[in-house]
Amino acid sequence: MEKSIKKYFAFFALPTIVAFTIAFLIPFVLGIYLSFTEFTTVNDASWVGLDNYTKAFSNQEFVNALWFTVKFTIVSVISINVLAFFLAMLLTKGRRGTNIFRTAFFMPNLIGGIVLGYIWQLILNGILYKYEVTLTYSAKYGFWGLVILMCWQMIGYMMIIYIAGIQNVPKDLIEAAKIDGSSSFGILRNVTIPLVMPAITICLFLTLSNSFKLFDQNLALTNGAPSKQTAMLALDIFNTFYGKTGYEGVGQAKAVMFFLLVAIIAIVQLVITRRKEIEN
Amino acid sequence: MKKVKKFLGLLLVLTMVSALVAACGKNNNEETSSPSASNSTSPEASKAAEKPAAGKGSVYFLNFKPEIAEVYEKIAKDYEAETGVKVKVVTAASGTYETTLKSEIAKSDAPTIFQINGPVGYGNWKDYTADLKGTKLYEYLSDKSLAVTSGEGVYGIPYVVEGYGIIYNDAVMKKYFSLADKAVSISAATEINNFATLKAVVEDMTAKKDQLGIKGVFSSTSLNAGEQWRWQSHLANLPLYYEFKDQPGFDSTVLAGLASNEISFKYGANFKNTFDLYINNSVTKPGLLGSKSVDDSMAEFALGQSAMVQNGNWAWGQINGVEGNVVKSEDIKFLPIYTGVAGEETQGLAIGTENYLSINSKASADNQAASIAFLEWLFSSDKGKSYVSKDLGFIAPFNTFSDSEKPADPLAKEVSNWMGKGLTSVAWTFAAFPSEDFKNYFGDALLEYAQGNKTWDEVTTIVKDSWKSEKEKTKK
Repeated sequence: MEKSIKKYFAFFALPTIVAFTIAFLIPFVLGIYLSFTEFTTVNDASWVGLDNYTKAFSNQEFVNALWFTVKFTIVSVISINVLAFFLAMLLTKGRRGTNIFRTAFFMPNLIGGIVLGYIWQLILNGILYKYEVTLTYSAKYGFWGLVILMCWQMIGYMMIIYIAGIQNVPKDLIEAAKIDGSSSFGILRNVTIPLVMPAITICLFLTLSNSFKLFDQNLALTNGAPSKQTAMLALDIFNTFYGKTGYEGVGQAKAVMFFLLVAIIAIVQLVITRRKEIEN
Repeated sequence: MKKVKKFLGLLLVLTMVSALVAACGKNNNEETSSPSASNSTSPEASKAAEKPAAGKGSVYFLNFKPEIAEVYEKIAKDYEAETGVKVKVVTAASGTYETTLKSEIAKSDAPTIFQINGPVGYGNWKDYTADLKGTKLYEYLSDKSLAVTSGEGVYGIPYVVEGYGIIYNDAVMKKYFSLADKAVSISAATEINNFATLKAVVEDMTAKKDQLGIKGVFSSTSLNAGEQWRWQSHLANLPLYYEFKDQPGFDSTVLAGLASNEISFKYGANFKNTFDLYINNSVTKPGLLGSKSVDDSMAEFALGQSAMVQNGNWAWGQINGVEGNVVKSEDIKFLPIYTGVAGEETQGLAIGTENYLSINSKASADNQAASIAFLEWLFSSDKGKSYVSKDLGFIAPFNTFSDSEKPADPLAKEVSNWMGKGLTSVAWTFAAFPSEDFKNYFGDALLEYAQGNKTWDEVTTIVKDSWKSEKEKTKK
């Protein structure tokens, strides 16, 4: 049995490998190659070396977008995780209606980003209309609008992961801590949190990478207005690629740097939080 | 249980295999069809070449104007029924033409007919535009100088002449001029012939808007992202037209604009005049303009909430299509955009085109020939011409159209009227604007100005700086 599986490994893995190559590997390698070239359409490109990369960095909009993204990521990662953890704690206490609340909080995650963006644009503009301004009035409005939107969408999902983690905390450990005279905050700090560390790792990773890569919500909610001040990295890359003729290569270069950045941040975060995980 | 598992396994294998076969089958088809289309030595293709009218090629038309997409679909069906040549029409969503074109043209089944917006667009797409000098289509042009040319070649053929200005609802204007306490001495909208008069009328109308039953004189100045072209291209055209007109030694303002590395934006104050008039006498408060789209503002006009809106003759379809439209076709009139430049009493509407058809030079020869044949049919056969003037509503710049074949919609008629008045039409100088980004920077600055976050001086600086920097980028 073992042997025959080995023998046919290539055959069975082939469809997946072909699909993976077509849908991921080839575009990825082509993308990196294109970032060193100048092109209008992807099938005729001419080599320009590192030119695109220098142009990307001398572009003020890219630097702005980078800062905006960093600020947004910090704020949203903290707020989403704190709120999600808090909700998870509340909804594991066995109160009445727990299931209804869990479902309700999870629902927003099932709606697509573009739709959410437009829904929230209507809601926020509806409120701001009273003050005779709109979301485009200042970059601050757009920023907090995005944070609210992201929280609303992601909290439910993260909450589910936290709930699963919290439910796995052995009851006897908590009981032992209680008998030892620990306060409820002490239990949270010294028993629950260390034991849900795997969930925290996953949640941090998901929120961090999702906030960094945010595109649809950004496009639908503000589309960078006013004056591209609320454009995040992904949107900036999109605008560079499609908005400026002759800048496709620069957009591609930005995308490669963006990939590296997200990969590095995610890996560092994973390593750090992994270290804090303890064996159950 | 075992049987069920076996059956399931078999089913799985079957579906996988059938999917593979289906995928391969498709590939094979494509592979066999594409070489015969491009390889002109193959017997099939040479046979097709002998039959001149209906070649073997097919047409893929990437349409720029979403508002008339359905008409093109109908034309395509008709043409296919008549000649057997397949015409595929794809329409790019509003404001995404360049994006769509960029991704479509990279495909193996690329558009054969696409559209460029003038000399600047030609610069972007010159590797893809075929020379149309020898075609009948070029011969049909009543004014050959309208075409986009480079050296000896002709690369873009304009297919529609358009005009824009301030559209007004004469019913509301008549109501205003019949008021006993109006503050102006003139008695008809046609007597408005400069900015001072326009301003006086508009501001007095705003003061009496309840009596007139309107919410504001002008429809919302749409400043939502992607909806700013009426200001950053069309209104911006006027100050820059006058600026380039002052530069001696050029045949046209477009050429002067293309040669200018920097602008002084000296008629910027005139732009501000009109723009301020728009936002301060609008249906919508200035702070809320960032959420308004062109559709919103055309709907406001159609529903009678406003009396004036800046737009072009293409807007008739939009106004007419609004549910509950109260504007009668005989009441809809044009007024030139006055900005307070000296001598503007003789200024007419802004008339020109930014719609040039180009043939994809990288498409197969058969497809190119078929595309040209399709366009020639559209602009010279009786059936095609009736589509152009009746359904598409184009004022087509071709000598194949007689006077009776001009479009019948009220705005197009108005454009023809104004052209015949002997006034100086404003050329579409925005064809010389350095890039889409320049327009967007301008538009974004206007939004912030309207919301009160930027002063006019800052806007002026942005306009001048971005012209310079965007111009440099086109050079490299």
